[in-house]
Amino acid sequence: MNQEKTRSLIFTRRAALLGGGQLLLLSALVGRMYQLQVVEADRYKVLSEDNQISVRLLEPPRGRILDRFGISLAENDHNYRVEVIPEKVGDLKQVLAQLSRFIPLTDEDRDAIMLDAKKRRAFVPISVSENLSWHQLASIEVNAPDLPGVSIEVGQRRRYTQGRNCSHIIGYVAVPSESDLTGDPLLELPGFRIGKAGVEKQYDESLRGKQGSKRVEVDAVGRVVRELEDKRIAPTAGQDLVLSIDIGLQQFVQQRLASELSATAVVLDALTGDVLALGSTPAYDPSMFTRGVTVREWQDLTSDPLRPLANKATGGEYAPGSTFKMMVALAALKKGIDPNRHVVCPGIYTVGNTKFHCWKKGGHGSVDMYNAHKYSCDVFFYDTAMQTGIDNIADMARSFGLGAPTGIDIPGERRGLIPDSNWKQATYGEPWYPGETPSAGIGQGFITATPMQLAVMAARIASGRAVVPHFRRSGVIGGDEAATAEAPALDIPERHLEVVREGMRRVTNDQGGTAFRARIAEQGMEMAAKTGTAQVRHISMSEHLSGVRKNQDLPWQQRDHALFVCFAPVASPRYSLCVVVEHGGGGSAVAGPIAHDIMLETQRRNPARANLGQKLAMTQKS
Amino acid sequence: MRWPEPLTTFRRAELSIAEKLHQITWSMLFFVVLIGVFGFAMLYSAAHSVDPWAMRQGIRFVFGLGVLVAVALVDIRVYLRYAYAIYGIAFMLLIVVDVAGEIGMGAQRWIDLKVIQLQPSEVMKIALVLALARYFHRLSADNIGNPLVLVVPIIMVFAPVGLVLMQPDLGTAVMLVLVGAAMFWVAGVRLWKFIVVTAAGLGAVPVAWNFLHDYQKNRILTFLDPESDPLGTGYHITQSKIAMGSGGLSGKGFMKGSQAYLNYLPERQTDFIFAMLSEELGMIGGVLLLLLYTVLFVYGYAIAFNSRNHFGRLLAIGVTVNLFCYVFINMAMVMGLLPVVGVPLPLISYGGTAMLTVLFGFGLLMCVYVHRDLKIGQRGLGDDS
Repeated sequence: MNQEKTRSLIFTRRAALLGGGQLLLLSALVGRMYQLQVVEADRYKVLSEDNQISVRLLEPPRGRILDRFGISLAENDHNYRVEVIPEKVGDLKQVLAQLSRFIPLTDEDRDAIMLDAKKRRAFVPISVSENLSWHQLASIEVNAPDLPGVSIEVGQRRRYTQGRNCSHIIGYVAVPSESDLTGDPLLELPGFRIGKAGVEKQYDESLRGKQGSKRVEVDAVGRVVRELEDKRIAPTAGQDLVLSIDIGLQQFVQQRLASELSATAVVLDALTGDVLALGSTPAYDPSMFTRGVTVREWQDLTSDPLRPLANKATGGEYAPGSTFKMMVALAALKKGIDPNRHVVCPGIYTVGNTKFHCWKKGGHGSVDMYNAHKYSCDVFFYDTAMQTGIDNIADMARSFGLGAPTGIDIPGERRGLIPDSNWKQATYGEPWYPGETPSAGIGQGFITATPMQLAVMAARIASGRAVVPHFRRSGVIGGDEAATAEAPALDIPERHLEVVREGMRRVTNDQGGTAFRARIAEQGMEMAAKTGTAQVRHISMSEHLSGVRKNQDLPWQQRDHALFVCFAPVASPRYSLCVVVEHGGGGSAVAGPIAHDIMLETQRRNPARANLGQKLAMTQKS
Repeated sequence: MRWPEPLTTFRRAELSIAEKLHQITWSMLFFVVLIGVFGFAMLYSAAHSVDPWAMRQGIRFVFGLGVLVAVALVDIRVYLRYAYAIYGIAFMLLIVVDVAGEIGMGAQRWIDLKVIQLQPSEVMKIALVLALARYFHRLSADNIGNPLVLVVPIIMVFAPVGLVLMQPDLGTAVMLVLVGAAMFWVAGVRLWKFIVVTAAGLGAVPVAWNFLHDYQKNRILTFLDPESDPLGTGYHITQSKIAMGSGGLSGKGFMKGSQAYLNYLPERQTDFIFAMLSEELGMIGGVLLLLLYTVLFVYGYAIAFNSRNHFGRLLAIGVTVNLFCYVFINMAMVMGLLPVVGVPLPLISYGGTAMLTVLFGFGLLMCVYVHRDLKIGQRGLGDDS
C-alpha cells in the first residue's frame, strides 16, 4: 500500500511536469503563429498575391501604313481562329471530326492536334485553324452547342492592300526570330509579329504601339480562373505611318518596270526628298510572310538569280557609267575650268601607254562641256578628269550624295563607293595612279552607286538643294509641301549647276543627244537626262577582234546594265528619276523609254503639287 | 499538489451499463464534437461542397462517436487482460504490411480490408499504450528502479518502431517513441536511464541503417531534408507558410482562402488542412482550435489524476500524449518547424483510420474515467486491495 502511494505520488508529480512541458510546446506553436500571421503577415500577403495574380499582355493593334493621300497600304484584319481546350472537349477526336465538316482539316492536321493535346496541359488552348472565312465562322457558331470546348478567338493579321506593288518599300511583318528577342515579353506573345523589312522594320517601334495588360487569377497549374476587370490596361494602338509615296504612281512604276526581267526606278521630289515611287522587279508578295512562308517558298525566293527579295534601288550597287559625268564636270567647274573649253575627241585617249576608247569609234571631234554631256563624249571626260584630279571629283561626288548612305529610311541601304587617293592607299596600300583617273571620269573602275544615290544626285543637280530622300511624310495626310520642309541649298554656285543642267537638257531635247528618242515632247514637261551604260564584264581584246562584242550575243548575266537619270520639268525642276535595268544593254535604248513613261506619268499626276481635297474625300474611308 | 476528489461518490467496483452511461463525461464529448464540426466545416471549404470529403468524414465521425461510447462502456479490466494480445495482433499486422510493402516496393502502410483500409501503424499507437500501461501497472515503485525490468518495455517500444521505419513512416515512429518515453517517465523511470537509452538509440542508428534497402534510405533522407526536393516537400512547406502568413490575424474569410482554393496548397484536405484553416480563419481561428485541443488535454490529465488505478492513470496519460503528439507534430510541420513527416491533424484531417484511432483513444480515456474508482491490484485483474 505504501508502495502504491509512492507510485501514485511519483506519477502525479511527473505527469504535472509532462503537462507543463506540453503547455510550453503549445505556446511555442502560438508564438510561431504570431510570427507568421502577425509579424510577417504583410510579406506573406504579397507572396500570396504574387501566387494568384498573373499579368497577361494584350496585343496592341499595329499602326496602318498610308500613302501620301491617305490610301491604306497596310492594315490589320481580324484573324479568326478556332481553338479547342482539351479538358473541356471530352472526346477530342470526335469533336475534330465534327469540326472538319466546317473547316478543311486533313488527317495529318488532326493527328498533329491530337499529339499537341497530349503534350500540353489539358487547359491550354490549341489552335485548330486560322484565318477563318465568315462562312466558316458562322457555321461553327451555329453548331457551337455540339462543339464543347471549341472557341473562336480573334487576333490580328497584317493585310497588304497593294500586294507586290510596294513590297520593297513596305516590307513585311513576321514572327520574331530568336535574335529579335530583346526580353520584351510582347515579342514572345503567340502570334505577335514584328517588321522584318522595309518601313515595317524601320518604323517598327512607332507602328507597334504599347502593350496593354490584364490581370487574371490563376491557380497553381496556371489555369485562368477569372479576369480582374478593374485592373485591365487597354493597349495603345501603334501610330499610323504616312508615306511620301503616291500609290497611283507607284503602281504605274512597278508595272512599267515589269517589261524587264530585273529593273529598278526611283522617283523623288527634287525639292523635298519625298520618295514618290520606288519600283524594283521582280517583287514578292508580302502576305506570304504574314501567313508564314514555307521552306520551299523561302528557298525559291532566295535562290532566284533575279533576287526578288532585294530592293535594288537601295541595295543594288552599280557602276554609274556615264551618269557620273556630271560630277566630273562640276568638279572641273569648281576647279575653274572653263565650260567652253573645247576638247578634240579622236575616239581615243592615251595616258602613258594605256589607250582609252571613246564609245564612238572615230570620235566626236571638238566638243565643249555642254555637248560632251549631249553626246556623252568619253574622251572629253577622260581629259577633264585628268585635269581635275580624282580627289576633287570624289569631293564633288560626295557632296551630291554618292559614296555614303543617303539616309533613306528603310533598312539594308548600301553605300556605294567613291574612290580617292586616300581610299586607294588605305585599301590597296598603293597610291592612286594617274592611269586610273580616266576610267573614273566616265563612272567606271572602282566607282559604284545605288539607284537611290543616283536619283538623289539628279535631284540635287535639278534643285541645287541638299535633298535627303525619305519615305516618311511628316505632317498631316494630304498636306502640301508646307508640312515637309524644302531641303537647304547646296554649296554649289548656281551657274555651275546651270552648265550641267543645260548639258543634260541637250541629251534629250536636241537632235543628236544620246537620249533624244526618249524625250518628253509635251509642252512644259520636258526633261533633262543623262544615260549610262555600266560594263559588267571586261571585254577582252580577242573578243574585240573576233567581233563578239554586241550585248545581245552575250549571256544575260554578262550584259551591261542600262542606267538613266533625269529630272523634269526642265524649266522649273521638281522631280528626279533614276532607272536601272540590270543587264539591259544600252542606257538610252532600254532605260530611256521606261524613264520617259515614268517621268511623263509623274508630271501628269504631279503628286507634289496635287490638289488633295477631293482625293482625300474619296480615299479616307478606312 | 492536490487534485479535486472524484465528482461522484461511487466506490463500487461493478457498474451497470446505465450507471456507466451516467458516468460518461458528456462535456468532454461536447468538445470532441466541436472539433469534429470544425473539421467538417474545413473539409466543406476545401471542396466548396460536402463532396467529396466533408460528407464522408461526417459519416465516419458519427460512426466513430459510437465506437467511442462503446469503448468507454467496456470494463477497463478487459483492456488490461487483452493488452498484450492487442499489442501482439498489431505487431503481426505491422509485419504483414512490411512484407507486402517489400513485395510491392512501395511505401505500403495499410491493409485493404475492402470496407476500411486498416493502417496497422495507427492500431499500434493504441496497442503500445495499452501494453505499456499493463506492464508498468504491474511494477512496484521498488521494481521500477531495477534497470533489468525495463528491457521488456524498451523492446516493446523499439520493435514496432523498427517495423514502422521500414515502411518508412517516420511520423508514426517518432510518435511511438515519444508516447513510450512519456509513459516511462510517468511510470517513474529515472532520468539518467532516458539518457542512456537515447545514447544507445543514437548508437544503433548506423547499425540499423545498414539493414535498410537503398530506396528505404532515400525515402528517409528525403523525409529528413525536404529542402533537397524543392519542387516536392520544400514547395509544400513554402506554400503552407504563405497560406498561413497571408491569412494574418483574422483570416481571409471562410471559403475564401486563395492558396487553398487555387490549389497552391498541397494536401489541403489532409496533412495541411491547418494551413488552410489558418489562411481562412487567421491566427484567431488557429488559436481557437488549439484551445479546443488544450481543453481535451486538460480533460485527459484530469482523468489520469482522478483514476484510482495505476493502469487507468497510465492509459489516460498515454492516450493524451498520443493526441498531443498528433496535434503538435502536425501543426509544427505545417508551420515549418518540423520536417514534413505525414501526421494528420486529429478529427480535422480527412482520413478514416486516424480518426477512428483518435476516437478509440477518447473512448479509452472515457473508460478510465468511468472506472476511475475501480482499484486493480498489481497481480490480479480484480479489486484485491
